[in-house]
Amino acid sequence: MSTLLRAAPAPRTTALAPGRSRGRTLRSSAATALIWLAFAIALVPLVWIMWTVLSRGLPSMLHLTWWNKDQSGVGPAGFDHQVRGARHAIVGTLLMAALTSLIAVPIAILTAIYLVEYGRGRIARIVSFMVDILSGVPSIVAALFIYAVWVTTFKLTLVPACASLALVLLMIPVVTRSAEEMLRLVPNELREAAYALGVPKWKTILRVVLPSCMSGIVTGGLLGFARVAGETAPLLLVASYTQFLNQNMFSGSMAALPTLINTNVQFMSSDPISADRVWGAACTLIVLVLAINLAGRLLGHLTRVKS
Amino acid sequence: MVGRAGEPVGLGPDRRAAARGRRGDRLFHGAAATAGVLVVLIVVLITVFLVVHAVPALLHDQANFLTSRSWDVSVPMSFGILQLLWTTVATSVLALAIALPFSVGIALFLTHYAPPWLSRPAAVLIDLLAAVPSIVYGLWGAYIVAPKFAPIQDGIQHLLGWIPLFGGVSAISGGTTMLLVGIVLAIMVLPIMTAINREVLAKAPAAQQEAALAIGATKWEMVRTAVLPYGRAGIISGAMLGLGRALGETIAVMFILSALPQGSAWTWSLFNGGETFASKIASDAAELTPGLGTGAYIAAGLVLFLLTFVVNAVARLIIDGKKDFSE
Repeated sequence: MSTLLRAAPAPRTTALAPGRSRGRTLRSSAATALIWLAFAIALVPLVWIMWTVLSRGLPSMLHLTWWNKDQSGVGPAGFDHQVRGARHAIVGTLLMAALTSLIAVPIAILTAIYLVEYGRGRIARIVSFMVDILSGVPSIVAALFIYAVWVTTFKLTLVPACASLALVLLMIPVVTRSAEEMLRLVPNELREAAYALGVPKWKTILRVVLPSCMSGIVTGGLLGFARVAGETAPLLLVASYTQFLNQNMFSGSMAALPTLINTNVQFMSSDPISADRVWGAACTLIVLVLAINLAGRLLGHLTRVKS
Repeated sequence: MVGRAGEPVGLGPDRRAAARGRRGDRLFHGAAATAGVLVVLIVVLITVFLVVHAVPALLHDQANFLTSRSWDVSVPMSFGILQLLWTTVATSVLALAIALPFSVGIALFLTHYAPPWLSRPAAVLIDLLAAVPSIVYGLWGAYIVAPKFAPIQDGIQHLLGWIPLFGGVSAISGGTTMLLVGIVLAIMVLPIMTAINREVLAKAPAAQQEAALAIGATKWEMVRTAVLPYGRAGIISGAMLGLGRALGETIAVMFILSALPQGSAWTWSLFNGGETFASKIASDAAELTPGLGTGAYIAAGLVLFLLTFVVNAVARLIIDGKKDFSE
């Protein structure tokens, strides 16, 4: 439809359209210019951010120590010039996001299946509404909720898994929405064909419907993973930073790239090493998130069902 | 032929398989429904827990929770949300005001103006803005943009200082003001608003656009009369979703905005510093200990939750109303 519109040559010459005054043509051209300008302006922050982070953070990232050392041996104020590794934070970010996905993805996919395959009437409408509400819950409120349950109510000590629990609340709606969209794209003929062969509904969903939209669901999962890996606010509340590598989700503290940034940012103006750490961590985070995000998009694009 | 309780009789060679299928169906239906109900339960639990833990602190509050500007959570507590509410709403509305025209313009660009080869990659670029973690926006805004932005702000103050919104504030220097926060938030909510606008504007009926062009409308007249009216509900609900995001944004605001010293004078100026609900909770996170003091922060979080709940619910209702209308 849009190609048709574009193909139609816009009658620009005043000779062809006698009813069109110069003012109207001018106004239209001005609108076109403004609309192109709006897009161009939106690219400025994107390019500026990318350039800033890459130019300042890439040097730190290119050292081998960045990947295989943590910050042990660095003084509390962070003025050490030798050790600048981020292994503890990179591992922490990945572990937290992995545990989050492990909990959130099954719940989200089942919710999507409920909404598309089973849900009818009022309950389905309420569930759908609540998914929207959950997707609007600010991340700090999700963390506050976990804090109120875990610490204030049950008097438990915070462990790294608490961060994952807070992130689960943020990941569920993202994955549910994309999985729901994918499930709705599966043509009904496939389901009907399976029913006609006497296949029960649950088997139809597991063996016919889900496999035919699996790549789309994986894309949604990767986008959700990328979103929670970059979240900071919940970590400030429920995941305290440590300089040391910790791979146990259920005891002690665990660092993450955002909390590494947050811990060092106050020394940035006085200490260039802290600044290197901050920009290095920011660069690692952005590269990680963008890589996962683009991988998800590419997968979705390559395996897209041609309509 | 149908047997007792509506069971099909003698249809398949293996009735046990059919029974197993039914049991599997019940189990699977149950699991899916449980997950759905769990989502509802989570939202209910969030509300309940926040309310339960906010109430004791509110009962011990010496000041008026809604109209006080002080924030003192050591017993005897006196805390109020007026300053937080103003900073939160002002920065978010400012972000919305900046992002709305841009998001409509960019959505029009992607659907009606960009050449076909450009429109898909351009959409991906705009989506990439959403993939940048908010802590990176915070770093960029606070340490890269703010120093460059400070002289521009001084210029605006010089020219428009007679308007209360642009009045001078001596305590805040270096560009880390609500105005800058509003601009950065606008960039952060731009992708979600653009995505929704793009979706609704692409659905404007082609026949009317062709008709408009056929009777000699210019491209802009065509867009104004045959495209934008169809997107109005979607644009409004997209704006509400963007507003919801801006209200709850934490770390970018915390990094950029200068905190105000206790007891500083009230001003309407956007050149003021301050804290939003989210940034206040996050920046005091280290001091949280189980007890009444935490209840004050939970009360602030509850207000933020209610704000975003209302904004998102309105967005959703507008979308749903429109859907019923067009079908």
